[in-house]
Amino acid sequence: MSLLKVEQLHVYYGSIHAIKGVSFEVNEGEIVTLIGANGAGKSTTLNTVAGLLKPRSGSIMLHDKSIVGVPADKMVSRGMALCPEGRRIFLQMTVRENLEMGGYSRPLNEIAESIEHVYQRFPRLKERYKQIAGTLSGGEQQMLAMGRALMSKPKLMMMDEPSMGLAPILVEQIFDIIKELKNAGTTILLVEQNAQMALSIADRAYVLETGHIVNEGSASELLHDDSVRAAYLGN
Amino acid sequence: MSFLSNLINGISLGSVYAIIALGYTMVYGIAKMLNFAHGDVIMIGAYISFCVTQYMGLPAWVSVLAAMLVCTLLGITIESLAYKPLRNAPSLAVLITAIGMSYFLQNVALLIWGSNPKSFTSVIDADPIRLFDGQLIISDVALVTVAACILIMIGLTWFTGKTKMGRAMRAVSEDKGAAQLMGVNVNLTISVTFAIGSALAAIAGVLLCSAYPTLMPTTGSMPGIKAFTAAVFGGIGSIPGALLGGILLGIIEIFGKTYISTELGDAIVFAILILLLLVKPTGLLGKKVREKV
Repeated sequence: MSLLKVEQLHVYYGSIHAIKGVSFEVNEGEIVTLIGANGAGKSTTLNTVAGLLKPRSGSIMLHDKSIVGVPADKMVSRGMALCPEGRRIFLQMTVRENLEMGGYSRPLNEIAESIEHVYQRFPRLKERYKQIAGTLSGGEQQMLAMGRALMSKPKLMMMDEPSMGLAPILVEQIFDIIKELKNAGTTILLVEQNAQMALSIADRAYVLETGHIVNEGSASELLHDDSVRAAYLGN
Repeated sequence: MSFLSNLINGISLGSVYAIIALGYTMVYGIAKMLNFAHGDVIMIGAYISFCVTQYMGLPAWVSVLAAMLVCTLLGITIESLAYKPLRNAPSLAVLITAIGMSYFLQNVALLIWGSNPKSFTSVIDADPIRLFDGQLIISDVALVTVAACILIMIGLTWFTGKTKMGRAMRAVSEDKGAAQLMGVNVNLTISVTFAIGSALAAIAGVLLCSAYPTLMPTTGSMPGIKAFTAAVFGGIGSIPGALLGGILLGIIEIFGKTYISTELGDAIVFAILILLLLVKPTGLLGKKVREKV
């Protein structure tokens, strides 16, 4: 059953036509990835789904209900969380305060328990819970960003470039965690430039090029598709 | 003894600046705009208090509450009518709107209360404290002003650190978009910030006019500008910075006026601001956060 269904999405930045009729869907329990080069429109698509940008036209359905025009701050309570590009954690707050912000839309008495869950998944965050987030390393900041997004107990978790700027060993760690999240029942929409990694953990994938979807299919198919290999996997 | 008494006057004046500066600094931190009409909200607050005591004959504490209430509503109204439509406009447009709002408020006051100065009666009616056989006199207003400033600082520190709304305010001041993704209603948060800043402005107005009792439509503009200076001095966006900047500015002003020149008092204040900004552009407690990639 499709959890998120996007049809004929058009997004403009002023007069620039950034997204030109993108359609895709994410089924419950899947990891779906949008891959593509810099400037292809991946982040724009995610930000529009999250309500940070307004589409010119097209439909976005979450649980068969339209969410076009719903402001970003109402999305969390509808079961959607975005872990944004560049992490954007609150650098001047402590690790724990960041997590508490992640649970902002939920009743206070449930938050402590969720924080414990996040600590179990990311023991590193527990060790540093009192530390100011700006002093964490890049990998720890990414874990905090993911932990913060998990605090809202999302049905659909969207992640924008979680591997950005991380050392290869950390990238693997982050992708392992994404797989674990899937196994725990979270549906994931993943945007990545690291196509190799993204395709290796995803169920299905869409290839985005200058605002169009140019290819789609199961991740394993695309991983072996010649044009995808040539364009995004470097061989 | 005169040194001590000047110091106390300076701290007392500085406390008023600090209370006003908090409004500037919070609004700047959260809405990233300079609300130049803030000084005039102080003046409106003082007029409301004046009217409630003089024309309605109600006790002073009622007048303070009334001033806070009116200013809170005024602050929310100003924000939603004048600034909210410009949320995505260039900052210059917002700045000019704020200056326009400042003149608007002054002229409204001119229409309602006229240009003749009113003589404000202090809302505090207690005996001054005499120390060292009456050589050092601390006025009741000075005491209450400093106490109010301390209480407000403690209250705000608690509010921003411990309450949900306070957290949301800190989140919005760091990253509006990310705060929204957490479910924070940014517009509501900005309204609350204006409400708090304006309520504090009302308190500052009443305290200011209790110490310097001449009340006219331009009463708020100079203290407003000085409090803005104080906020920049301490590091705009920082709450402890507003306190530190305000107190230092008050002391410098009083000392400059007493020991150097009465006429040059304000010039000295602003000269020191320029010097400080040359050396430390972020202000005393302002900090640049480096982002890790």
